[in-house]
Order: sequence, then structure tokens, then C-alpha cells
Amino acid sequence: MFEIRIHSRGGQGGVTAARLLAMAALHDGKYATACPFYGAERRGAPVVSFVRIDDHPIKVYSQIRDPDLVVVLDASVMDTIDVLNGLKKGGNVLINSAHKQEFAGFVTRNVDLTGIALRENLVVAGSPILNTPVLGALAKMGICSAGSVKKAIREMFSDERNVKAAEAAYKELIA
Amino acid sequence: MKKIATGNKAVAEAIKQANPAVVAAYPITPQTEIVETIADYVTSGQLASRYIPVESEHSAMAACIGASVTGVRTFTATSSHGLLYMHEMTNWAAGARLPIVMANVNRALGPGWNIWAEHTDALQERDTGWLQVYVATVQEAYDATLMAFVIAEHNDVLLPVMVNLDGFSLSHIMQPLDTVEPGDFIPPLHLPHAIDPKNPTSYGGLTGPNDYFRFRWDIERSMRDSVKVIDATQKEFAKRFGRSYGFTDDYRCEDADVVLVSMGTFGKEAEVAIDILRKEGIKAGSMRLRWFRPFPHLDLAGKEIVVVDRDYSFGSGGILAHEIKAQTKKDVYSVIAGIGGQEVTYDDLADFVRKRRMGTEFWFGVNTNV
Repeated sequence: MFEIRIHSRGGQGGVTAARLLAMAALHDGKYATACPFYGAERRGAPVVSFVRIDDHPIKVYSQIRDPDLVVVLDASVMDTIDVLNGLKKGGNVLINSAHKQEFAGFVTRNVDLTGIALRENLVVAGSPILNTPVLGALAKMGICSAGSVKKAIREMFSDERNVKAAEAAYKELIA
Repeated sequence: MKKIATGNKAVAEAIKQANPAVVAAYPITPQTEIVETIADYVTSGQLASRYIPVESEHSAMAACIGASVTGVRTFTATSSHGLLYMHEMTNWAAGARLPIVMANVNRALGPGWNIWAEHTDALQERDTGWLQVYVATVQEAYDATLMAFVIAEHNDVLLPVMVNLDGFSLSHIMQPLDTVEPGDFIPPLHLPHAIDPKNPTSYGGLTGPNDYFRFRWDIERSMRDSVKVIDATQKEFAKRFGRSYGFTDDYRCEDADVVLVSMGTFGKEAEVAIDILRKEGIKAGSMRLRWFRPFPHLDLAGKEIVVVDRDYSFGSGGILAHEIKAQTKKDVYSVIAGIGGQEVTYDDLADFVRKRRMGTEFWFGVNTNV
């Protein structure tokens, strides 16, 4: 079972990213569950969501304790939250950032999802949309297939700019 | 068609297909997405139901009762305090023999104010005459909601059915959902005692002790008859749609020395715990109780029993533990866990089995055997 924890801020689309990833995994013929951790959410507050992907039906409902991959949609949450908490030794980190980052003992990749969203003019209520471009980066990392990502995005959004943003992130991420 | 949906969305999808004439509901966390989605279906023309946005849950159930007595299909959904606010009317719905279907998203009761999963809300309704089923997956939430109408509206039952799903851990989790074309799986409702203007009758009049007693026995007789209706409905569902359900969902119980009994999502996660215990040489099994009313016959002869209650009856004990003790006439290890959304993992569930002390009660997180 592959376990992913997504860190974001309320309103940035972390929950939708988790849902899109589960949909893409389903299209890949796998089983997937996605769940947000619900506390007292509000716009701008750090939030966490979880995705599990497996070849077999998933029976676990409790929170992910030792993820294989941590996705950080907003690097500023790292000021207050230990995003590496429980991450498996040698595990993967994907950060939305224009700058390269390193964490000892983990494989860290960065991609400028915010820049891609702004370039594609994917902005809602003043916030760049990160949940569709991040799927392109995840596809590049081999978490799901690029074809399934496009299919999942098109199922949820009619605006083709979302697909273009995912393609841009796929291209820009150095795998 | 396979898609990804939450438990709440799965219930709403089933309602779209069951096509009730009237839906009366009041939103409450974590049930809100069910009634929002149904309201969307109605306003967008995908569902022809009359949606009544009532001012309270008491009114929601009252509106369902009023609609149901005219002989039409009715549905509502609630949670926690909303369910308890309905309590007077839930008794009325069962006593008036109205096949109302309700989804209840199990949530703790305040204070302290808490929106997370617990079963005490629904279990406080156990003596009302409602049938109760507890589900553990998004798919099962959908399937059980479809089946609830068939069972409630069956002539040998004519009692309301409550479909229970764990707040957040099931209502908000996204899992694969395979929807079906129900076709004639849910037959049209023919309520034999529906209001008929051509044949005026009085309803809810004063009833003397002798008749009242017979009415009560008639509820119990139907509750007993519902066992075969549930069984037949689940078999028919499996035949048509390929997914099988029983009164319990048993995992590696046949040769087990010790069986962990639970309800809701814990019952699925428990299967992971059982695999861990088996690797350690502990012959354990999991029995997830699906139907709580009618309470099924449990095959637990010759096995040690560990019961996980996500509920409590103060001054008495775990509600499920009591039901099981009453039926099996055996001591159990009673674990109280997960109340108010307390995080319980498969490792914790395995530990409950490893550290069992039959005849005692254990409050997880409090760490004392009572």
C-alpha cells in the first residue's frame, strides 16, 4: 500500500487534490481512498489530507502515520508544522516551490505549482489553483499515469486550462 | 459505473435511484452533504422528489410521517443531536407502521461539543421499533440504502429503517463506488393502511390497553419477520448486482479461538488487525455486526469474545457488549474505544485482542480495567 499525506492551507485545494489522485488511481485499475482530516478548518489554516493507493481493497480508515510520500502545496506551513513527521526512511517529499530544497534522509523534489497556475491564469478568489497542476507532478513521479490524471481532471473540471497546468507541471518536474 | 465518492454522496446517489416522493430534512454536520446533494438533484431536475427544508429535525420526521401515511416513499437524513431531537417522532413513525428510510451519520453527543464518530446517538434509538443497519464502506452505504427501502416497504415488515454510517471516517472518506441500475429491485410501495379519502378512517386515536398491547406485539412480530425479509433482500441484491451482505460480516471466524466484535468502520479495519494476530499465531477472527435491530443470532459458540463499543450506557456498560452477553450468556472482554472520534488503529484493535481479560471492561485511552 502506498500512503500519501498532503499538507496545504484551507481553500488551496488539498482535499480536491486528494480526490483527483484517488480518481486517477482508480482509472489506473487500482484501489484508492482519500480522506481529509477534519478539525476546525477555515480558510488559510493548515490542513492535512490523506490518500492510500493499493492493488487490493483498502480496509484502513485510521490516519496515515508513516507515509511514503509527503506533498506540500504551501511551503509556509513548514514554519509551524513538521511535514516530515512519520515519513518513511528514504521517503519522498514533493514541495510547491521554485527553489530546490533538501531534507537529509529523504528524496525531495520541487516544482513551482503556483507559478504554473498563475501562468495559466488558474486563479479563484485571488488564490492560485494548485490541485490540478500537482497531479501532473505526481504522474511524473509515477504515482499514477499521466493519462489517468487527465481523465480525472476532465471528469471534475470543464476548463481545459487545468489539464494544461498538469501537463506543465509534468514537464517541469525533474523526476 | 465506477467512480470515487464519499459515504454521504453514496447515500444521496442511492436516494436519486430510490426516487422517494418526499424528502424532508434539516442539515447537520457531518450529514450536511447528503441533504445538500439531494437538494441539488431536486433543483436541477435529476430527482422528482418534493424536498421540504424544514425548520428542525422534529419537523423533518413529522413531515415524513405525514407524507408516508398517504402511502408515498419518504426519506430523511440526520445525525447526533438531530436524531435525538426527532426521538418523539421516531417512536411515532414505527408505531404508525410507516416505512420511512433514514440515513443517520453517527456522531457524538454534546457537551463537550463534538462532531466526530460515535454510535451512542443511534443506539439511544434502539427501542423505538426502527430497524438499524451499520455500514463500513462507501459502497455498502449505497447498497444498504437501496436495500433499506425494499425491506422497510415489504408487507411483512412495514417498519422504518435507519442506515448508519460513521461520521467523517465514512461520511467524508472517498472510496470507489459502483452504482447500479436498480430496475424493479425496489418495487412500488403499496401501504395497506394509507389514507384513502374514499374510505375515511381515523388515525392515531386513543387506544385502550388491550388494543395497544396487540399493536405493540404486532411491531415485534414484524421485527421478527423482518429477519427473513432482510435475508431474502440481501440474497436478491447479490443475485442481481453481485455484492453479498449478511447480518454480520465475518472474517476468519470459522477456526478462531477469539472473535473481535464491532460495528461500523472499526469492523473493516479490524480485518487488518486479524491478519497481524494470525501471523503471531493468535487464532483470531473479526465479526462486524451489520444489523443491530433486529439483533441477529450470532454464532460465537466455543469462542472468546472481545467487543469494541463505540458507545456507552452510563451506569451499565457498552451497549453492544450487553446485547452480546444477553444472547450468548457468556462473559466478554468489553472495550470502550473511539468515542467522540477517538483515533483507533488496527494496531490498537490487535492489542485489544492480545491483552484481553475476559469479564472486564477497558476504556481505551483511560487505561484502566474497570
